[in-house]
Amino acid sequence: MINLLPRYIFNFFFLTLIQVLVLNNIQFSGFVNPYLYVLFIITLPFETPGWLLLVLAFASGFSIDIFSNTLGMHASATVLMAFFRPTILRAFAPRDDYQPGTIPTMAYYGPSWFLRYALILVFIHHLSLFFIEVFSITHFFSTLWRVLASSVFTMILIFLSQLFGRSKTKGR
Amino acid sequence: MRSIIRFIIKNHFTILFVLIELISLLFVINYNSYQRSVFLSSSNHVTGGLYESYSNSTEYLMLKQINNELAQENAYLRSRLPESFKASRDYFNLVFDSLSQQEYVYRAAKVINNSTNKRFNYLTLNKGRNHGLEAEMGVISSKGVVGIVKNISDNYSTVISILNTRLKISAKLKSSGYFGALEWNGGNYQFAHLREIPRHAKVNVGDLIVTSGYSSIFPSDILIGHVEEVTLNQGESFYDIKVKLSVDYKNLSYVEVIGHPLKEEQLELEQETEND
Repeated sequence: MINLLPRYIFNFFFLTLIQVLVLNNIQFSGFVNPYLYVLFIITLPFETPGWLLLVLAFASGFSIDIFSNTLGMHASATVLMAFFRPTILRAFAPRDDYQPGTIPTMAYYGPSWFLRYALILVFIHHLSLFFIEVFSITHFFSTLWRVLASSVFTMILIFLSQLFGRSKTKGR
Repeated sequence: MRSIIRFIIKNHFTILFVLIELISLLFVINYNSYQRSVFLSSSNHVTGGLYESYSNSTEYLMLKQINNELAQENAYLRSRLPESFKASRDYFNLVFDSLSQQEYVYRAAKVINNSTNKRFNYLTLNKGRNHGLEAEMGVISSKGVVGIVKNISDNYSTVISILNTRLKISAKLKSSGYFGALEWNGGNYQFAHLREIPRHAKVNVGDLIVTSGYSSIFPSDILIGHVEEVTLNQGESFYDIKVKLSVDYKNLSYVEVIGHPLKEEQLELEQETEND
């Protein structure tokens, strides 16, 4: 457990920097934007206590907020996502439950389990983020379209990043 | 009492969630007042410094030097133009005195962070209070109006760009002089909308839109864009004019910040008149 600490600290800073310096500048057909930094919350260990999950979610969302001048928006979306994580993990648990010493990544539980699990969390995050950003339901369908398109984009990036992680864990 | 504590311990996850979520939403709603605390915006020293070194490292070494000099020179030349001087040499004021002093001062600055893909877009500039910038100063590029300085720290400043649904700019049709409010409604970064032009005005596609000069922020006749499309809905007394912006927000590198030393005086006078 404790040897995972440096890895997550690295993940936190790496994902924040990638998000702020690279992904926030990507524009795909107008205003579709991927938010890869949520991967940090998605891949936290199963044993992470609830309060720590929420605090970390707030910290990661808030650091993105400070860089992109959107105080509170990312923080609230990420905290909401973190709140649903334990419920979704329970619902998706395999028959013999999660093995001790494993973390929720594609390397341990395979692409089909991981992508379904990640997609639901990413969708929750994007849904709340985009609607808080617009702060009204007058443009409901155009906002929903942005949510869907951005979710797909984020999922592609998460999938690619997991392919990297896979070869790393095998070597260990 | 004990049962309350037991309840809190049992449901600590949900309670903590509600608490943090409320704090976040409070941030969102109080956004504007929190923005004012420069600490948490991108004019903050740390984030500003990071953006600046990032932007420096991505720029070609020589190009940067040359660009910088050119921008400085441009700003200097622009402040020597006749339009920058107050035209108040009336017949009784032929002597060169303090009334014919300079009205607008231009300072060059580099854009070190920029976005076009949100509903509230901001820019960060590499100059701040130490370089003579102040909040509420106008920002233009060689192609036209960019925005207005919002927050300022010692070495950095943030600018609300036209591409921000919170900003409205007073603009007029160059040919006829009718003026209205220019605003951006999200979506495409190349187009904004000019409203409040009355229906008896003549508007043609291709007409130039310039600043009106009625606010104390921009001098008059600075280019904003041209008319792309004119619609007049049945029964409405104002046009809805779609404006193609002349500035390409995707490749802004150097901008000029407009100082207006006489602004205080103008505002004071206007305030006084309103109070009467």
